[in-house]
Amino acid sequence: MAKGIWIVAEQRDGALRKVSYELASAARKLADQLGEDVGAVLLGGPGVEGLAGQLAKYGVDKVYVAENAAFEPYTTDAHSLAITTVVKAKDPSILLLAASAQGKDLSARLVGKLATGMATDCTDLKIADGKLVAVRPMYAGKCYGEIVVSGSPQMASLRPNVFPLAENAKAGAIEKFDPSLDPAKLQTKVLEVMKETGGSIDVSEANIIVSGGRGMKGPENYGMLEELAGLLKGAVGASRAAVDAGWRPLKDQVGQTGKTVAPNLYIACGISGAIQHLAGMSSSKYIVAVNKDPEAPIFAKADYGIVDDLFKVVPEITKEAKKLLAE
Amino acid sequence: MNIVVCVKQVPDTETLIKVKPDGSGIVEDGIKWVMNPYDEYGVEEALKWKEKQGGDVTIISLGPARIMETIRTALAMGADKGILIDDPSLSGADAFTTATALAAAIKTIPYDVIFCGQRAIDDDSGQVGAVLAELLGIPSVTIITKAEVADKAVKVLRPIEGAQLSIQSPLPCVITCQKGLNEPRYASLPGIMKAKKKPVDIKNAAALGITVDMKAKVVKTIPPPARPPGKIIEGEEPAQKAAALVKLLREEAKVI
Repeated sequence: MAKGIWIVAEQRDGALRKVSYELASAARKLADQLGEDVGAVLLGGPGVEGLAGQLAKYGVDKVYVAENAAFEPYTTDAHSLAITTVVKAKDPSILLLAASAQGKDLSARLVGKLATGMATDCTDLKIADGKLVAVRPMYAGKCYGEIVVSGSPQMASLRPNVFPLAENAKAGAIEKFDPSLDPAKLQTKVLEVMKETGGSIDVSEANIIVSGGRGMKGPENYGMLEELAGLLKGAVGASRAAVDAGWRPLKDQVGQTGKTVAPNLYIACGISGAIQHLAGMSSSKYIVAVNKDPEAPIFAKADYGIVDDLFKVVPEITKEAKKLLAE
Repeated sequence: MNIVVCVKQVPDTETLIKVKPDGSGIVEDGIKWVMNPYDEYGVEEALKWKEKQGGDVTIISLGPARIMETIRTALAMGADKGILIDDPSLSGADAFTTATALAAAIKTIPYDVIFCGQRAIDDDSGQVGAVLAELLGIPSVTIITKAEVADKAVKVLRPIEGAQLSIQSPLPCVITCQKGLNEPRYASLPGIMKAKKKPVDIKNAAALGITVDMKAKVVKTIPPPARPPGKIIEGEEPAQKAAALVKLLREEAKVI
C-alpha cells in the first residue's frame, strides 16, 4: 500500500529554490492530515546532500539523496530516470513537484514513466476520503477544476508563490540511493546555459509585478515601470499587445498565451484588460489598475483603481513608495 | 523527413468560459473552436522543416467529429495528411490516455520528429508531449523557442527562469513548442481548396488496439473565486491619488 507524501526538491547551482520549501510546507500539511511522513527526493552533483537540512526545517522527515555529475545541469533524462527508480522502490502515495520551468518538464515525463495521472499547476490541495483532491486553474483561470488522480502515486505540480511557507523542523534523515543511470538512456544534453544579465526576477516567481500594456505607447517608456518594480523588488510584466509589438520580451507576457501569475501585488499600467490577460492575472492577491479609460475592463478586477494618465501617476507612485521605504 | 504534429481543438481565447450549474464541466454552446495556439507553432515548424529537408507532414488529433475542421486547417496551411482519433470512450481523456492513443496511432507510421504544443490552452495540463515521448521510448525537449536540425539531431533553445538553455537531442524526439518559435502562416485560398482532397484516416480505440484506463479525472468544475468589488481612488491631482494608493497598499493590503 502506497504511503508517504513526497516532494521533488528543486535546486539550481547548489542552492534550493524557494518553491522547494513551498512544496515541503504543503506536503507537511497533507502528511499531518493523513498521518503519514514527508519524503523529499534531492538530486545533484557531489555535495548536494548538504542541502537536506534546509528541507528538514520545512517539515521533511526523510531526504532521498542521489549524487551524480549527470544531474548537473538538470536534464529530463537523468532526473526522470533517478526519480522513477526511487519512487518505484519506495512507493509513496503522493508526489508533488514545482510547476516551474524545470518541474513542468520533469513532472510530465514522470507521468509517462510512472504511468499515472497528474494535476498541473495547482493552487490548492485538499484531502477527501483519504485521497488527494487538487484544485487548479483551467482555461488560464477562467474556471477551476478539482482533480482526483486514481493512478499511483497521485501526482500534482504546484504553482510557485501560492503555497505558504511554514517552518516545522523534522529529522530530515538522509537516505542515499543509487540512481542506476544507464548512460545509453541519457540522450539529451545541455550544451550551454546562458544566464540573463541584470538578475531580474522572472514574472512567474515575483511577489510583485508591475505590468504595462498598449497604453505605455512604446518600449522607451518601460523605464518607469522598471524603476518602480526595482524599488519594490518585483518584476516587469507585459500584455500580449506589448509583446506582439516587440516592446517587451516574450518571457514577460502575462495572459492565456503567456504566463499565468499570482503575485501578492499586480500593478497594471495602461492595460485595458482583454479577457486573455485577465485570465492570466486575476488570481493575484491585490490588483491595482492605472488607466485613463474609466470603462477599461481591468477596473472590474482591480482592488484599487486610478483613472488618470499613467505617465503622470506612475512616477508619483514611485516617489511615494520611495518615501515610504526610506522611513 | 517524416514529421508528425499533434494538434488539439480548443475554445478560442476570446471565449468567456461558463461553468455548468452542476459543476460537471463547461457550457459548450456557442463556443468558437480553434486550433490550440501552441499547436499552430508546431504546424508552422513542421512546414518549415519540410521546406528545408523535404518529406511529409502528418497531422494527428483526438476528439469528436468537429476536430476534422482543425485538421483541415493544418492541411490548408500545407500539411499532407491527417489522422483523426474519434472514440466516445476517449471523451474527457487525461494526459496518459491521450498520449496512449496518440502513441498507438503514431506507431503505425514512420516518424523522425513529433511536434506538440507546449500545452493546450483549455486544460493547461502540458503533459501529453512528454508522456507521448515516454510511450514511444524517445527523448522529449519541452517548451522551446528555437529548433535547428542537423545530422539526425536537433538543437533547441529552452527558456527557464533567469536563463536560456541550449539543449541537443537525437532524432526522433518529441518537441513541444512555445510562443516565440515562429510566426504561424495563414492558410491560403488554394491551400484551403487543396486541403479538402488530402487524406484523413479516422480511427477508433479498437482499431488502435488500446483500452482506456484513465489515471486522472476532473471531478468538479468551478467558477473562479469572485473578487470583492474594488475602489476607485479619487483625488484632484495624480500625486494625491498616488499617495493615497501607496498608503492603502501599505496599511490596508500590507503588500509593500
